[in-house]
Amino acid sequence: MAADIKTEPETIVAVEKLHKSFGKAVAIDEITFEIKRGEVVGLLGANGAGKSTTIQILLGLIAQTSGHVSIFGMDPWKERVAVLARCNFSSAYVALPYNLKVIENLDVFAQLYGVSNRKKKISDLLELFEVGHLAQKMTGGLSSGESTRVNLCKALLNDPEFLLLDEPTASLDPDIADKVRKLLAQVQAERHMTVLYTSHNMRDVQELCQRVLFLHQGKIIAEGSSEAILAQFGQETLEEVFIAIARNQVTTSFVSGERL
Amino acid sequence: MILVRPGRVLGLCHRYFYIYTRSGFRVLDVIFWPVMDLIVWGFVAKYFMRLDSANPTAITFLIGAIIFFNILNRAQQSISVSFLEDLWSRNLLNAFVAPITVAEFVASTFVVGLTQIFAVSLIMSGLAFALYAFNILTISFALIPLFLNLLFMGWSLGMFTTSLIFRFGHQAEALAWAVPFLIQPISAVFYPVSVLPEWLQPVAYMVPATYVFEGMRAVLSGHGDITNYLITASGLNLFYFIAVSIFFGAMLNSARERGALAKLVV
Repeated sequence: MAADIKTEPETIVAVEKLHKSFGKAVAIDEITFEIKRGEVVGLLGANGAGKSTTIQILLGLIAQTSGHVSIFGMDPWKERVAVLARCNFSSAYVALPYNLKVIENLDVFAQLYGVSNRKKKISDLLELFEVGHLAQKMTGGLSSGESTRVNLCKALLNDPEFLLLDEPTASLDPDIADKVRKLLAQVQAERHMTVLYTSHNMRDVQELCQRVLFLHQGKIIAEGSSEAILAQFGQETLEEVFIAIARNQVTTSFVSGERL
Repeated sequence: MILVRPGRVLGLCHRYFYIYTRSGFRVLDVIFWPVMDLIVWGFVAKYFMRLDSANPTAITFLIGAIIFFNILNRAQQSISVSFLEDLWSRNLLNAFVAPITVAEFVASTFVVGLTQIFAVSLIMSGLAFALYAFNILTISFALIPLFLNLLFMGWSLGMFTTSLIFRFGHQAEALAWAVPFLIQPISAVFYPVSVLPEWLQPVAYMVPATYVFEGMRAVLSGHGDITNYLITASGLNLFYFIAVSIFFGAMLNSARERGALAKLVV
């Protein structure tokens, strides 16, 4: 028994009975989940399911109505700076200042994250994501694919232990999306990074995530590996599961392989 | 408990430096309006003096008031307009999820404001000397405490305005420019408090800037000791600065609880 406890990976994120309502509207309805160190967890759900609210609570942008959130064993609300120093975030919908050069943007954020040896770190990341040639280009002039990769460079500046990715491959062509996916998988494996990943691209989720949380109307209605969820819902692809859930064709909940 | 780490403040200042130096229009906006005010009102005052041979110190008062009011206005805008610029460029989310404290964020806007004020005041003082033979150094040693009081009051107003933007969202954006002008009529910028109706004078005496502008006129007209003005202005500024800091924190937390912060920054 003691040996089992020793080998259990460290819990990075613990969310317990998290509830958020805006007036009478319930955005998140008492959800509970954990993310272990090195896990890549996909957070899926239709628009309005509660994904963004969950991420914004984890990032300390929104306060929960009730429930408990712990990241690295700390309360992200009370110990915001200590938690955020070990996390990072990237979203296809959040741009870096457009009127700064790529190198300037990354240098500013490297300073904000207290990165030592900033020049080398930035240069290594730009090379890793094959955007070294864009260093002197204005950020506002980048294409979607370039901008996504520069955002990911920013998100990895501080070697985060926990990375939140909000639709990182949205609006990318299949070739660039594939490259980004592969790079993310490589970086995650090398650094044993914990990742929470939201996407509407089911291929991303199936390829990258070891576990998936399906949110629907603020509740987790399914949780498990992609294979387990497909088996549980009797569907061929996650996209079919997604559509079934979004269209309310699923009336029962599945968590960890058990029909509730 | 970490409040302000210089490295983080420097990082944020670097960002503002790049933003300002990259845009000629932004630099023009900082310099253009104060310089225009100085030129137009300086000549208007000269003209009126020629019409009825008014007291020659009137032009000195007016030029001094324009330069001093610009300090207050610029200090306020350095916080509120910088915040709006971050909002418009949709850059606040990345900054808010970085490990920086609110104090570091505000401190960086103080530094940026201070730099702008020094630059613009230098230009205005030079112009005032060239066009109207107005020498700001006439104010001598009182210049620094008068300047600091206006700076602190401007920062408090800037934090107050930003707090209202946290509370009311984009619809409160116009306040970023309006607030200094809302208090201008009651802060004795261009005329003494005695000109105001009696019922309004107690309100004027609650504004720190009132004592600064009264003090400035006292120095310029050679009525020396303004210690009491400075002590009262500093006391009021300290009080307002603390009150506004508490209000700012409360509005930020309220915006987080209502989800308004996320809506603003995403």
